[in-house]
Amino acid sequence: MKLKNRVTSLDSLDWNILQALQENSKQTYTEIGHCFGVAHSTVYDRIRRMEENGIIKKYIAVVDLEKIGVKYITAIMTVFTDPKESENVAKKLSEAKEVLEVSTSLSEELLIIAKVVAKDQDKLHSFIAQEVAPLPGVLRIRTSIITRKYKEEKLLIEEK
Amino acid sequence: MTLSSVARILRKLPRENAFYFFTSIGNYTGENAASLEEFVDKVREVNMKSLEFHLFRGDFEKWAAEVLEDGELAEEIKKLKNLKLVGDALKDQLHLIVSKRFERLKSEFRG
Repeated sequence: MKLKNRVTSLDSLDWNILQALQENSKQTYTEIGHCFGVAHSTVYDRIRRMEENGIIKKYIAVVDLEKIGVKYITAIMTVFTDPKESENVAKKLSEAKEVLEVSTSLSEELLIIAKVVAKDQDKLHSFIAQEVAPLPGVLRIRTSIITRKYKEEKLLIEEK
Repeated sequence: MTLSSVARILRKLPRENAFYFFTSIGNYTGENAASLEEFVDKVREVNMKSLEFHLFRGDFEKWAAEVLEDGELAEEIKKLKNLKLVGDALKDQLHLIVSKRFERLKSEFRG
């Protein structure tokens, strides 16, 4: 593993280990080692280094909330901002527990796109009306409530 | 009504207490009013859909009562909601109610 211009270069084994963990992060070092013909200690060492370097950020459980009776709605919120304030707006949105993702996009105007969750439409509206609209630099907001999700996956990496 | 109550209703509000006009859940028009005076003007300017959305949700009366602290105005708006007007009739009536209220408070304040 080498650092070049703040980008860490990985060898084939690192890429393979990352792929294996993305598919199932509960696999043991031995199981991963078997797949790629290396010792579990090698796998341990590679994973530890990738954790230390921040390449592996965290391990999480993907919970099916519907199965445990947690009801919520998800919305995609597009915030049109004054370019001078967009950084601050994005930071403020990132701090809110209702906001899961924040990205910026430059089309004709500077946009902030955020994924928001709330228990119901009233709570969603209150959050946007009381916490987002009053932020300095917010010009307008468009929100689409997601009614059905057909696919949701994280990007599976492939060796460059 | 005391002069200080009138002054309180007519005060300029901080941005977090302004009224933000939406057309539906989460869709903010970019228009807001940070005082009763601004609210009177915005009622004339904003999209009709926005007025209908807020009136029938009870947002206007809630803002008048809880933020402006004008119970009388809140009560007038609530009565208007119960008339179930839409379109221009709604806009005209709402504007009439808030502008009359504003003018009355302003003249009381001037003594």
